[in-house]
Amino acid sequence: MAVDAGAFEAGSPGRRARLRLSGLFWRRPWLKALALLTPPLAAFLIVYIGALVALFISSFWSINSFTAEIEHTWSLANYRLIFDTSQPYLDIAKLTIEIAAAVTLTDAVLAFPLAFFMARLASSRTRALLFVMVLLPLWSSYLVRVYAWQTILAHDGVINWALNGMGFGDLNLAYTNWAIWIVFSYVWLPFMVLPIYAALERIPESYLEASADLGASGLKTLRSVILPLALPGIIAGSIFTFSLTLGDYLTPLLVGGTGSNFIGIEIYRFIGDSNIPLAGAYATIPIAIMGVYLLLARRAGAFEAL
Amino acid sequence: MQQRSSRIALAIWSLLVIAFLWFPLVIIGLYAFNSSNVQGWPITSWTLHWFSVAWHDPDVRSAFWLSIRVALATTGIALVLGTMAAAAVARYRFFGRDTVSFLFVLPLALPGIITGISLLRFYDFAGISISIWTIVIGHTTFCVVVVYNNVVARLRRSSPSLVEASQDLGADGWQTFRFVLWPVLSTALVAGGLLAFALSFDEVIVTYFTAGAQETLPIFILDNIERGQQLPVVNVVALFVIAVTAIPVLLAQRVMRDSGIIRRGPAQVTEAVEAAEIPAV
Repeated sequence: MAVDAGAFEAGSPGRRARLRLSGLFWRRPWLKALALLTPPLAAFLIVYIGALVALFISSFWSINSFTAEIEHTWSLANYRLIFDTSQPYLDIAKLTIEIAAAVTLTDAVLAFPLAFFMARLASSRTRALLFVMVLLPLWSSYLVRVYAWQTILAHDGVINWALNGMGFGDLNLAYTNWAIWIVFSYVWLPFMVLPIYAALERIPESYLEASADLGASGLKTLRSVILPLALPGIIAGSIFTFSLTLGDYLTPLLVGGTGSNFIGIEIYRFIGDSNIPLAGAYATIPIAIMGVYLLLARRAGAFEAL
Repeated sequence: MQQRSSRIALAIWSLLVIAFLWFPLVIIGLYAFNSSNVQGWPITSWTLHWFSVAWHDPDVRSAFWLSIRVALATTGIALVLGTMAAAAVARYRFFGRDTVSFLFVLPLALPGIITGISLLRFYDFAGISISIWTIVIGHTTFCVVVVYNNVVARLRRSSPSLVEASQDLGADGWQTFRFVLWPVLSTALVAGGLLAFALSFDEVIVTYFTAGAQETLPIFILDNIERGQQLPVVNVVALFVIAVTAIPVLLAQRVMRDSGIIRRGPAQVTEAVEAAEIPAV
């Protein structure tokens, strides 16, 4: 070889240092992985996980009812209050979970046929258009969309106007749990459409042909081939519809009534009373539910479908 | 295989669901042109007056600039951190690799109010006083994952031997990044960055807890909705916020579609083509 080793070392000292670094990283891949991963992971662990831990620690403290200062004495009083059956907090959690489940089911029912149409029936042009039509509401401001519903559901809003026009009386949906259900189903719907679409799109056409060749009806193919393969997508979507409903407070605050009790609203009220320890204790309920839910979802392969 | 009637039923259903998705956006768009300052339907007279009021409102202006600054800073940090994490996860196998993906999804899956009060407690513990950076830190927690997902997906589709080939040819780390990795990653980074920007620009809950007295555009909207004040101006600002987030999302979608991430043909085929794709250097 005519090329001597020095040729690779040519150039400015800076370049030589960079080359040596590349060589070092190539010889020791774990070092490169470590160098790449440490800054984002450390930042994330310190700030985000650290923050969750800070909240959790605070939940064992209490608040001085006169000064509203946090007192650093350890106790389980906040948890005892929340799990006390004579208090409303467990019932509120139950209602929240029920609404979150109802929203998830509604979204799955609304989203599946649309996702199926997009993935398997629409022409590529229509599909691209539908994709944008789902994507834009997904990314447009959540607050603005809830606010839009506030005006739509209001007493002199569009819905009552349309009902009156058709000869019906007013339907006073505003400030009820029905309103909360509608608005939650609305705002999280795109989160359900996209993962189901991704899952359906991956099903090879040959599976459906095989099912038909073996004599299965369309319904049978749907039940035995398509649904099981789409399930990870549905679960991936449900992570969002369920968990986002579970901890949200803006929707119940803006379209729910004064009596609408929600985990998120209660936490928000505790914070309003400067009772962060109690808020932290109550927040462990949705966190625990979501932790279990995420673990189950991961086992079902939903993360691949995200 | 599919019967004609079920195809038509699916098409109608899809149309109805899309209409449901767009109906509130259209309504809020129309209210922005309502000349009455009472929010009633039907709208009887139309005006552009509130656009000029919103344009000259100093609160709206300062909120807008704060939102832009926060979104830009968040996007920058999220791009750097998300890309680094993606490079490590996509290319190396190590203990706890799956947990990393799981961790990054957490801020999206856990309710914003929990992220918000947790950060507030954290700032309190760490003695950090509220500033624009406390908002940026809050937004970065859930924006990193957007960049991360885009970049991981792209790296999984490109061959790791490209980097080795570049090193064999004598390129240093910077040259490898500039001439080999950047052409592969650029569209994924642009799309991830645009989406992070959109996500940060209209975020309201985490912002509410980490902003103190500072007012971003979504906080301006929330404040006025809660007090029932200046609703005509709020309608205009709401329409504006929708438009500002729609632009980066459309751009991101276009960028990704041209590079084949949002697939047009049957997935298997495009994926096979992409796996064989060698970027022009």
